[in-house]
Order: sequence, then structure tokens, then C-alpha cells
Amino acid sequence: MPPGLKGYPARMAYEGPRLPAARGPLSAGVREYLLGTGPLPPAPTAERAAPYGDDLQLALYVCYEPHYRGFAGVSPDVEWDPGLLRLRAALEQRFLTALRADTPVRDSVEDALAELLVEPVEGTGVSHFLRDEGELWQLREYAAQRSLYHLKEADPHAWVLPRLWGRAKAAMAAVEFDEYGGGRADRVHARLFADLMTDLDLDTTYGRYLDAACAETLATVNLMSLFGLHRGLRGALVGHFATVEITSSPGSRRLAEAMRRAGAGPAAAYFYDEHVEADAVHEQVVRHEVIGGLLEQEPWLAPDVAFGVGATVLLEDRLGERLLGDWRAGRSSLRTPPTLHTPPTSEKTHIS
Amino acid sequence: MPNSPAERPRRISVQRKGPLLVEGPVEVELEDGSTVVSDRFRVALCTCRRSRRYPWCDTSHRDRA
Repeated sequence: MPPGLKGYPARMAYEGPRLPAARGPLSAGVREYLLGTGPLPPAPTAERAAPYGDDLQLALYVCYEPHYRGFAGVSPDVEWDPGLLRLRAALEQRFLTALRADTPVRDSVEDALAELLVEPVEGTGVSHFLRDEGELWQLREYAAQRSLYHLKEADPHAWVLPRLWGRAKAAMAAVEFDEYGGGRADRVHARLFADLMTDLDLDTTYGRYLDAACAETLATVNLMSLFGLHRGLRGALVGHFATVEITSSPGSRRLAEAMRRAGAGPAAAYFYDEHVEADAVHEQVVRHEVIGGLLEQEPWLAPDVAFGVGATVLLEDRLGERLLGDWRAGRSSLRTPPTLHTPPTSEKTHIS
Repeated sequence: MPNSPAERPRRISVQRKGPLLVEGPVEVELEDGSTVVSDRFRVALCTCRRSRRYPWCDTSHRDRA
């Protein structure tokens, strides 16, 4: 059982997301430990696990979640439990080593970003697929997978703020303020995504689709938590954020078209419409002010920024291949397909 | 108040390839006399005229390959 803070009564969170089902010995061990029913898995188990596999990625995801919303039935004190942090470090080491080995090295940040700033005439990514031939069930799956991030949109990046200063800090805070709705709760991007999920007849409860999400999705979110929670990886976090903002605008336009074509509803289209416009601005601010400001102060972080860009592209491509592979084969990309609240025959027709 | 922030001229960043970056909020008057408003902290105004969300940038200025 993870110890509580000395001198404080044991606290337990009764509300909150449910702990996910195990996908192997690592995630089973973490789950048992958090529930107080077993020991943590020994370190060699982490060293042998497939770095991008379901078991390691879920175990790592569960290790990070106490920093966000925690889990029902688990003490919030586990956030700083030394045993859990030790295991998390072993999992991170395995993940990060694989990322460093698999991410193509670029000569400069400019080189790394230049590739993102060219739009393919005949794109083959997930957003192209969804725009051209995506069916409603595939849009729902896409939203369920992405809900792991979008329901805490911008949160992993907020951790970088104390690690920046001057121009980079001011610009990063300004973009985050925009992500958080500019001071208006109904415009917080995570809220806009929940509205999209409602249009798609999905459950908007935080953590609801953790069990359903594939390993490739977990890895994209774990990457942000990894970069966000380590000051030593602040360059990579900034590179990650730039990649998301640069690629978001054109991708969001295609996804907005996909939502309209499938008759998903006005909030579903609005979420992506808002991102077309917002991220065209964010891209400029992140490239010129955040990256520019950071490298002006700490030029030695340039390789880390480029690594953050490359690792993000690597994991996004892996997720894209997984989704398209499943959908082209007529399979669900989810481990447990979402149940519809309304029968699939009752097609929604929204007029906007 | 000589040092009031409001006294500072509004900054607009120009770049050879890309949108005009203007400190928000802004009200833009279009050719037909209609106006559009954005209260974002900064707005990106399309200069390539290819945007489908004109006058706002939608990254349509990017090279295609």
C-alpha cells in the first residue's frame, strides 16, 4: 500500500476516473499497488517490456494520471509516492531510449520545422482519410481516442511555464490562455471538445475511453506528460508544442469538413473550425516567440527542440498508421468500441 | 499617463511569407463595408488571399509539395 503523508490523515478520492483494466504484468502491478492490494512490479519487468506496447504505455499513463485528475479509490498522495516514481522513471527510461533511437536526427530546429510547413498536395494521413471517406463510426472512434488528450487539452504544456522566462514565457502563457478559453469557461478547448463528443453521442466523462484507447494513442499523450513533467526536457516540450500547433490548422480544416460531411453536428465542426483559426496564430507565436525566445536564452537546447518535433511526428505517424490500418480492414481501432446512446439507425441531421 | 500601455502604438509584425500578426482585439473592415471582430490576444491576418477564412489566416500560404 503506498504510504500517505506522515502526520496527515489518509485521504482517498472516491470520485474520479476508474482505474483501467490491466494489459500485462506492468499495468497489472501498478493497478494493484494503487489499490493497495499488491506490490509494484520489479524493475526488470520494465526493462523487458516493449517500449511502445500496450502494457508499458498503460502503466506509464496510470503513473502520470495522479498529476492530472487521479483515480477513484486511490489516495491523491500517490502523486509523490517514491516507489511509484521509481517505477515511473524506469518506464520513462525505456520509452525515452526507444524514442531517441527511432527519431530521425535533424541538423537544426529550422530543418525539423521546415518539413512540417509544407502541405502535401495528396496527403495520406488520418485527417485526409476522414475528410474524403470517413464514416460516422470512424469519426466517433477518432474522437474517443483523441479524448484522452483533448479533455485535458493544454494541461501537459502548462508545466513548462515555470521553466521558461522572458519572451518564451510570456508567449507560451498567452497561447495557453487562448487554449483555456481566454478566461471564459465555455470557450476552454477541453470544453469545446466535450461539446464535440456530445454531438458524436460519446460519453464526455474524463477518462471514460482510457480502456478503449490503443497503445499508439496512449504513447502520444505519455509523450506530452513526459516532456511536461521534466524540466530537463523543456526544449523537447516546446518542440512538441510547436509541432502540434503547426500541423493543427490544415488538419483541423479537413476534420471540420469530415464532421460536416458526416452530419456530426455543429459543435463537432466548431471545435475544428476554432482550431483552424486559433492554431494559425499559435503556430506563429510558438515558432517566433516561444522557440525563438527559448533558443535566444538557451541556444544549447536546439537539439532538444528538434528531438521534440521528431518524436511527436514519429508517434503521430504510428497512431495514424494504426487507425488507417484498422479502418481500411473494416476493424475497430478501439479495444472496446463505444456504445451508442441512441440506435445507430437514427441518423442525426443538423442544419447549421 | 505617459507610460500607460494604451499609449504604446499597436504592434504589427510583418513577414515576407506568412500572415500579418496584429495584437488583438481587432475589428477588420472588409471591402464590402462589413466588419469582423476577433478578441484573440493576437490575430493572424491573411496576406496571400488564399485563406478560406479570410481575413483570418488559415495557413493556406504554405508551400505545397
